[in-house]
Amino acid sequence: MELSQEQVRHIAKLARLGLTDEEVKKFSTQLTNILQYIEVLNEVDTSVVAPTNQVTGLSNVMREDVMKGGWVSREELLGCSELPVESDQIRVKPAIE
Amino acid sequence: MDLLGLSVREMSKGLRDKQFTSAELTRVFLAEAKRRNDELNAYVLLTETEALAQAEASDARYAEGKPLSALDGIPCALKDIFNTRGVRTTCCSKMLERFVPPYDATAVSKLRDAGVVFLGKTNMDEFACGGSTEHSCFGPTMNPADPSTIAGGSSGGSAAAVAGNMAPFAMGTDTGGSIRQPASLCGCVGLKPTYGRISRSGVTSMASSLDTIGHFTKTVGDSALILQALAGHDPRDATTPEVLVPDYLKDLEKGVKGLKIGLPKEYFAEGVDPEVRDAVMAVAKVYESLGAIVKEVSLPCTKYAVAVYYIIMPAELSANLARFDGIRYGSRPKKEGESIVDYYYNARGEGFGAEIKRRIMIGTYVLSAGYYDAFYNKALKVRTLIKNDFDAVFKEVDVLLTPTSPIPAFKPGEKINDPIAMYLADALTIPANAAGVPALSVPCGVTAAGLPIGMQLITPQFTESLLFQVGRAYEKAVG
Repeated sequence: MELSQEQVRHIAKLARLGLTDEEVKKFSTQLTNILQYIEVLNEVDTSVVAPTNQVTGLSNVMREDVMKGGWVSREELLGCSELPVESDQIRVKPAIE
Repeated sequence: MDLLGLSVREMSKGLRDKQFTSAELTRVFLAEAKRRNDELNAYVLLTETEALAQAEASDARYAEGKPLSALDGIPCALKDIFNTRGVRTTCCSKMLERFVPPYDATAVSKLRDAGVVFLGKTNMDEFACGGSTEHSCFGPTMNPADPSTIAGGSSGGSAAAVAGNMAPFAMGTDTGGSIRQPASLCGCVGLKPTYGRISRSGVTSMASSLDTIGHFTKTVGDSALILQALAGHDPRDATTPEVLVPDYLKDLEKGVKGLKIGLPKEYFAEGVDPEVRDAVMAVAKVYESLGAIVKEVSLPCTKYAVAVYYIIMPAELSANLARFDGIRYGSRPKKEGESIVDYYYNARGEGFGAEIKRRIMIGTYVLSAGYYDAFYNKALKVRTLIKNDFDAVFKEVDVLLTPTSPIPAFKPGEKINDPIAMYLADALTIPANAAGVPALSVPCGVTAAGLPIGMQLITPQFTESLLFQVGRAYEKAVG
């Protein structure tokens, strides 16, 4: 399988990842090589094998839906942002025209 | 007294017996860290003032006869992926170069509650992605055994800090070998515990179904002592099962007489350096001489582990790193653009390095519509087969003995532009992450060029005590 520069740009768009033209060119080659490498899995017959999503046998870990506050304040969390904070909200660029 | 050369357990005894103070220990390690860091680049931040204050508080507790634990007053280094309240935590990425976490990771708060002194934060590949620390925005960490070679990675700074006597022990993370491989390359003991044994809360996630928290030490006994302080269920990490935490030191000196040790033939195949292979085969002989039964076994799906890993890991990574958008976390880009979408492109394009971009691209691709079944679901199924291999082999033997890294430390630049060559350096460590089983890397000699070699021991899930027992038997036999 080969990943064209056009496909690389499409994936970068899905990932919201800004790439330079040089990066697009480099990744087209490198990602093609990596995809070729992982094609080795096609030789394994998995028709009767279940997928493994977790390894220690846990499923649906539940807890009471109770807020346990106190260890981090709202101000401290908002302080992690480098953007301006107004009325407990982060001011961002317009999302709709 | 040579404080730098002591094990953690010896330090602990020395503090109790008032042979030295925590402040003395802390000063000696800070001085050594400063002396060697220009050359090795193990630390990206030294927290000298905080460390000395912690050490003095510890000494006051000893003076009152009330130390908090066996680790009270012992200095430690933290990989720069562990959140530390009020102390910059960068994941060695430009994306987080100014990030100061508002809370401690659970592992950090457990160590803090035990009285441990934090010397500083160590270098790593950006977001723990790499096998050489060359993908750090602070530049590579060099190997204390030979500073013309890299320390391995991704936890290369922590490995170099311990092997280079710049910290008595250090914390790391291991998703595909990021503790064991640098431990092997630098010549110290590295533990990757069972998946979920130590809480991941507050440690930036790389690939959530594979990530484990572990540590670097000089001795196997120290590794057991530190796991004792960190293991257990954490309500903040739903993947930590409520499995009993045993006394990890209890069986330490029990020896290997009668134990069955398996040598998986796939781990000694093509690609493994002959010097590495010979060193690990020599370890097998030592175990035989100690009364263990050594036999060849097979884990036939081993050869698929790297391919499985390079689908599942980037898939999970691309989802986990979606949070770094320059809004809630992450650096504000120089060029912001007009819309929120432009802002995302610029923040992520400027903030992430080449390897992270590469992996986000692979992960996004294998999860995208039309490719999910062919890649991601296929990898999850082959992961089942890899896990089944371990379940089957542990019916035959008690423990597996393999090389940790197929090759000793390499020169910087050697693999940086060949991602697949770099990925294959993890070929022998990835399977344990895929199956969630614990593994320990223990030094077992050096090459003719003087580079350290590490052996890897692997046991069934939640049997770290057995790992320590077997690792210690070798350590004791060879002195």
